[in-house]
Amino acid sequence: MPLGLLKYGLSSEHPAPRFFRDCTEPKKSYDAVIIGGGGHGLAAAYYLAKDYGITNVAVLEKGYIGGGNTGRNTTIVRSNYLTPEGVNFYDASVKIYEDLSEELDLNLFYSTRGHFTLAHTESAMRTMRWRAEVNKHVGVESYVVGPEEISKACPQLDISCSGQAPILGALYHAPGSVARHDAVAWGYAKEADRMGVEIFQMTEVTGIDTKGGKVVGVNTSKGYISTNRVLSAVAGFTPRITEMVDLQTPIVIHPLQACVSEPMKPWLDTILVSGSLHVYVSQSSRGELVMGSSLDPYEFHSTRSSLDFVEGLTTHITDMFPFLSNVKVVRQWGGMADITPDFAPIMGKTPLEGFYLDAGWGTWGFKATPISGKTMAETIAKDMAPDLIKSFRLSRFEDYELTGEKGAASVGH
Amino acid sequence: MTSRIAKKRGEWINRDKPLTFQYEGQTVQGYEGDTISSALWAAGINVLGRSFKYHRARGVLSFANHDVNAMMTDGVDTNIRADVWPVADGMDIKAVNTIGGVLKDKNKYIDYLSPFLPVGFYYKTFYKPKSLFPFWEDKIRKAAGLGEVNFNYPRIIKPKKFAHCDVLIIGAGLSGLSAAVKAAEQGLDVIVVDENKQAGGSLTYDYAGEQTTADTLTSLLGKVESNPNIRLITDAYAGGFYGDKLVPLVGKDGITKVWAKSVIVASGAFEQPPVFRYNDLPGVMLGSAAQRLIHRYAVKPFNKGVVVTANDYGYRTALDLASVGVDVVAVIDMRRNGAPRDLSQKVRDKGIAVHISSCIYEVIPTSDKLGVKAVSVCPYDDISAGADSGHTVRLSCDGVAMSAGWAPAAALLYQAGTKMRYDYSVEQFVPDELPEGVFAAGKVNGVFDSKARQLDGQRAAAEAAAFLGKTVDVVTVPKVEMAPPSHPYPIVEHPKGKNFVDFDEDIQVKDFINAAKEGFDNIELMKRFTTVGMGPSQGKHSNMNAIRILARVRQLPVEKIGTTTARPFFHPTPIGHLGGRGFHPHRYTAMHEWHVDNGGVMMDAGMWMRPAYYQYRGRTMSAMEAVQEEALAVRQQAGMIDGSTLGKIEVFGADATEFLERFYTGKFSKQKIGESRIALLLDEAGVMVDDGLAVRVDDEKFYVSTNSSNAATVYREMQRNVQLWGLQVTLVNLTGAMAAMTLAGPKSREILSTLTKADISEASLPDGNMIQAEIAGVDAKVMRVSFVSDLAFEIHVPYKAGLHVWKQIMAAGESHGIRPFGTDVQRLLRLEMGHHLISHDTDGLTNPYEAHSEALLKMDKPFFIGQRSLKIIAKKTLNKKLVNFVLEKDFTGDMPNECNLVIEDGNIKGRVTSIAYSKYLNRVIGFAFVAPEQGSTGSTFSIRTDSGAMVKATVVKAPFFHLLDNDGE
Ligand SMILES: Cc1cc2nc3c(=O)[nH]c(=O)nc-3n(C[C@H](O)[C@H](O)[C@H](O)COP(=O)(O)OP(=O)(O)OC[C@H]3O[C@@H](n4cnc5c(N)ncnc54)[C@H](O)[C@@H]3O)c2cc1C
Repeated sequence: MPLGLLKYGLSSEHPAPRFFRDCTEPKKSYDAVIIGGGGHGLAAAYYLAKDYGITNVAVLEKGYIGGGNTGRNTTIVRSNYLTPEGVNFYDASVKIYEDLSEELDLNLFYSTRGHFTLAHTESAMRTMRWRAEVNKHVGVESYVVGPEEISKACPQLDISCSGQAPILGALYHAPGSVARHDAVAWGYAKEADRMGVEIFQMTEVTGIDTKGGKVVGVNTSKGYISTNRVLSAVAGFTPRITEMVDLQTPIVIHPLQACVSEPMKPWLDTILVSGSLHVYVSQSSRGELVMGSSLDPYEFHSTRSSLDFVEGLTTHITDMFPFLSNVKVVRQWGGMADITPDFAPIMGKTPLEGFYLDAGWGTWGFKATPISGKTMAETIAKDMAPDLIKSFRLSRFEDYELTGEKGAASVGH
Repeated sequence: MTSRIAKKRGEWINRDKPLTFQYEGQTVQGYEGDTISSALWAAGINVLGRSFKYHRARGVLSFANHDVNAMMTDGVDTNIRADVWPVADGMDIKAVNTIGGVLKDKNKYIDYLSPFLPVGFYYKTFYKPKSLFPFWEDKIRKAAGLGEVNFNYPRIIKPKKFAHCDVLIIGAGLSGLSAAVKAAEQGLDVIVVDENKQAGGSLTYDYAGEQTTADTLTSLLGKVESNPNIRLITDAYAGGFYGDKLVPLVGKDGITKVWAKSVIVASGAFEQPPVFRYNDLPGVMLGSAAQRLIHRYAVKPFNKGVVVTANDYGYRTALDLASVGVDVVAVIDMRRNGAPRDLSQKVRDKGIAVHISSCIYEVIPTSDKLGVKAVSVCPYDDISAGADSGHTVRLSCDGVAMSAGWAPAAALLYQAGTKMRYDYSVEQFVPDELPEGVFAAGKVNGVFDSKARQLDGQRAAAEAAAFLGKTVDVVTVPKVEMAPPSHPYPIVEHPKGKNFVDFDEDIQVKDFINAAKEGFDNIELMKRFTTVGMGPSQGKHSNMNAIRILARVRQLPVEKIGTTTARPFFHPTPIGHLGGRGFHPHRYTAMHEWHVDNGGVMMDAGMWMRPAYYQYRGRTMSAMEAVQEEALAVRQQAGMIDGSTLGKIEVFGADATEFLERFYTGKFSKQKIGESRIALLLDEAGVMVDDGLAVRVDDEKFYVSTNSSNAATVYREMQRNVQLWGLQVTLVNLTGAMAAMTLAGPKSREILSTLTKADISEASLPDGNMIQAEIAGVDAKVMRVSFVSDLAFEIHVPYKAGLHVWKQIMAAGESHGIRPFGTDVQRLLRLEMGHHLISHDTDGLTNPYEAHSEALLKMDKPFFIGQRSLKIIAKKTLNKKLVNFVLEKDFTGDMPNECNLVIEDGNIKGRVTSIAYSKYLNRVIGFAFVAPEQGSTGSTFSIRTDSGAMVKATVVKAPFFHLLDNDGE
């Protein structure tokens, strides 16, 4: 038994101290206000405090921390994107994740499983090859493998997919991982709080106050707070915040759903994704199969579940694993994904001075939690976006300099 | 040793059908109608499983489909719920999640480690040093999980059924059945569903011994059965509540999707366990479980027992137990006032002691820890929730029935969007604001009295009828004064813990207290940190107690704590049921069989099946050989490809020209009848989406083709824009209705001439023109195209004539050496011609300037889709360019592949999008994106191959045929 547990078990001092304080009444002003207590907002707060010593920060969360997409996602972390900008960025995130449990002093269950993006068509194989080439170039371990290697990693997979969509090969990505999503939020919250950041749950931002093209404060359900710097990190709620400051973005909201099975003994060690079958699946450390699909095809601002989603998903899951017919789905849920036209995020400064945007995370933002927190903290601290996120700037849309991640992000998460 | 008792009225077992099965290697007798748990319990077997985390022995808890510690496997299926699954003769089952059998489970040591495994322990350890985490993770994964999956399990396909009704009633208990009868009397079409094998709800166990109960049930069921307006579905549960009042009913043989005009939720309530040390031992069960055992399965729950209670149900359970010969030692009532006098007197009359203001402090386990030896009872103050452990009394017994309260089975109401409030008069959450057309009745609505439940069902039915436009009298339900059926805090703390709140996840009282103290003190965070309610029973017996504990810790009223979100499914639902049949549509062209018969190597092309190439006339060749041969045939004689998959759309109406002008980049206004124009479609951002041909058929009519893969997209976009622009245009999608084939090569005209009287000479039918002509006796559209060869004819005929025309052409071409060719060949041929393929050679960001398609942009038109963006893009410098390239003559090195990168000074400049060896040209040719400065004819660039070698390529003009007569470039 590890020492930590032994100490815990023998001590009479249960429990451990609070992860974070129970903040209820915000102060009149802060050096920076972060809207959204998801992974991104909390990580930004943590790095503001840690990297820049900016600790007079409030994180405002209208529900409970991690209750947005952070707590709903299927936790795939990978960096096998398509554009060099994307690969570099997500790779930086993977590198932070690998040591994050130690850094935050909390076990995030960061588990490197290897990730296969299955290709059932020639054109999918081409995209895999393209991604492999770019990944290799940037130094990320991804390569195209054939059906034998897939079978070796997952002997239970029906390579012919019940004859419906035979698998021709896959993009294998060694660093592909899963993690415990809540723990990521809690870990950042805990350490940010320890350094002085104040986290307010059940506190909604209802307006943003500006004067002469600059941010001067926010209105909240707990009163007015003055501040010169506001970060919006609200994922699926981004349109609600940007409309407060008349900022136009090309973000549209689509539901994204997922479900889990009953726990079973471990058998699926890797993460599998199939674009053609609109399925991705991994097995959690509790033994549940965590399964998801592509975006719902319509714009909809709601987290309501639909039956269509599970019907489609389960059909395709049984194409891949016919023996799962009698395994049961326990729970399904949905999140609101903030989608951009090029499937890359929107990060950095905005035309409104002091208003910073971290959005457009769609189906892929969990993996970016550490690096987006770190780079947004830098952007806020220096009022300048670092090079790593320059290609994700909002103005790329009017400049026609899109980042083209659609091929790698659409079902892949 | 059997605990089976004499026949009970209304019992669910069939004593004429005894059966035998194996449990953990032991032979057990049961009856048809038994569940696994009831048969085992009748046989005196009480250890039915091991818990998820601590591997503690567990028995029966609810008998209501949430005994998730009693899950079985028969070697084929896993996680079979023993409390509800019927036994079958010859079944051979054992408990899941044990090593070495349920009694000896090698993992039971984990229970002794439990002090070291507090709530959230796994967050606090195993990660330093990180290199050891994989080791611990492996251990954790193996210890977690429940059953093992059987990889040989067959794929089960259960087609879905569909149903519609005026009123769907969920729950066939007293209120649900009353509602059904009332609704049907109003002429409404009613479906009633119940998850139990038999209708009746709590009437089948509570008060079940009484004549009036039996009479009520018989009369209600009689009315239901005789009413043609009512469909009663048992043994199926409502899986979830979705938009548009879609409720899937999940039965053993599949799902019925019900769309209801209104829904009455009469799903009752789940009995909640009071919490005290060792409340999880086999032999400790809910009162309703004991009653179910007695009345449904005629099984004596234990021999000598106590009832711990906080409502009148416990007293009735005690009477039921006594009536089947259980020595009931005491009723321990946690309330200060106890039960109404007549009820408690009835119990006392049976010689049962009643202790009010008392609780079970702990259960004393038998020495093997597999059962109950005694209970330790002490005074309890129900306001402070304080147990006076200094004054305990020990009562020996072998079983405990628990009746301390209920939680509404409100999951479907939550999913429907109901707002709930906490009602102190019943100490339970009840619906506050219901969505339109959704009603609640009975216990889920906080109504417990029998008479009132009938009325409440009728009231809900009347409201549903009124909602559906019927005129009905309002039914009022008088409030019945009674003590709350639920205790506000049936939770007894114990310094040594093991007082379980969540049996799925082995969560004890202190886990909640510690979680709250660690900051997880709102219900959602607490749920996530402790995992309460995350197990297979989804909190059916634990969420309410968790809320009560949190309220107590935070010193807030229960309603301030709120509830967690209830999500589908109501019970875990099999993947095979949900997937249903699954559809994988494939489309065959009219010539499909011919291709197959003639050696076509068929590939998926979207939904279509197409030949990639042919093993023509029984010959076996490598793909490479076949492709080169077919290509050579086209270059030297003739070849034909099935092009039926092309999108084919007729656009007609007064505004047809205007429509195309806006939709595509080109100009169509001056286009003559019979002429074709390239139809390049962009998106709003100026990205290339599709290129096809638009032929003018007459003044107000065009025949438009699209790429095969874009047929659906283009048609959809056309439809959308016709609507948006409000133009007088009709669209007819002829994609499936027309067969098409392309006859190409120097001999193609000669071949076609033998089948038509029409003039297809160069002068009458030049490239880019179309005529209507009879080919092999069939009225056809014949178009000169040049995608794969300078001389080629695209022939479109009705689907039914496709095969005939194809065969006739093949026959006519026989003497000219005609060959059918497939899609792989087409790729090579068009490459030789220098034609790029959209979405093969372009990607989701490519604009026409980058793909040398400027000539197709009529920027002087007032508008076309993407034009606005192009105006901006045109002013910017290009950053990549699509070019044609060749490798050196007689290239022998490491052959580059599509998607290999173009590298300059260690930076990515572009990539190869197409590459192929052409036997005809005897060269390797291709398309690549390169930096604009590398893009002019004659410049060279480097391709990095899979192995890392750098290969030199040279930009050349298209088509590539100049390479034939010119050795250098
Ligand atoms: C089903 C699903 C599966 C996914 N799978 C993956 C995956 O496998 N891998 C991956 O990398 N990504 C995945 N994603 C995407 C990922 O979850 C998100 O991109 C990421 O979690 C976004 O984090 P966030 O902190 O920006 O937003 P969130 O976690 O959504 O946090 C935003 C917070 O802002 C709060 N908020 C909103 N408005 C206000 C206001 N006015 N005032 C105060 N607070 C406000 C919200 O309550 C919320 O808590 C998935 C998403 C979904 C829905």
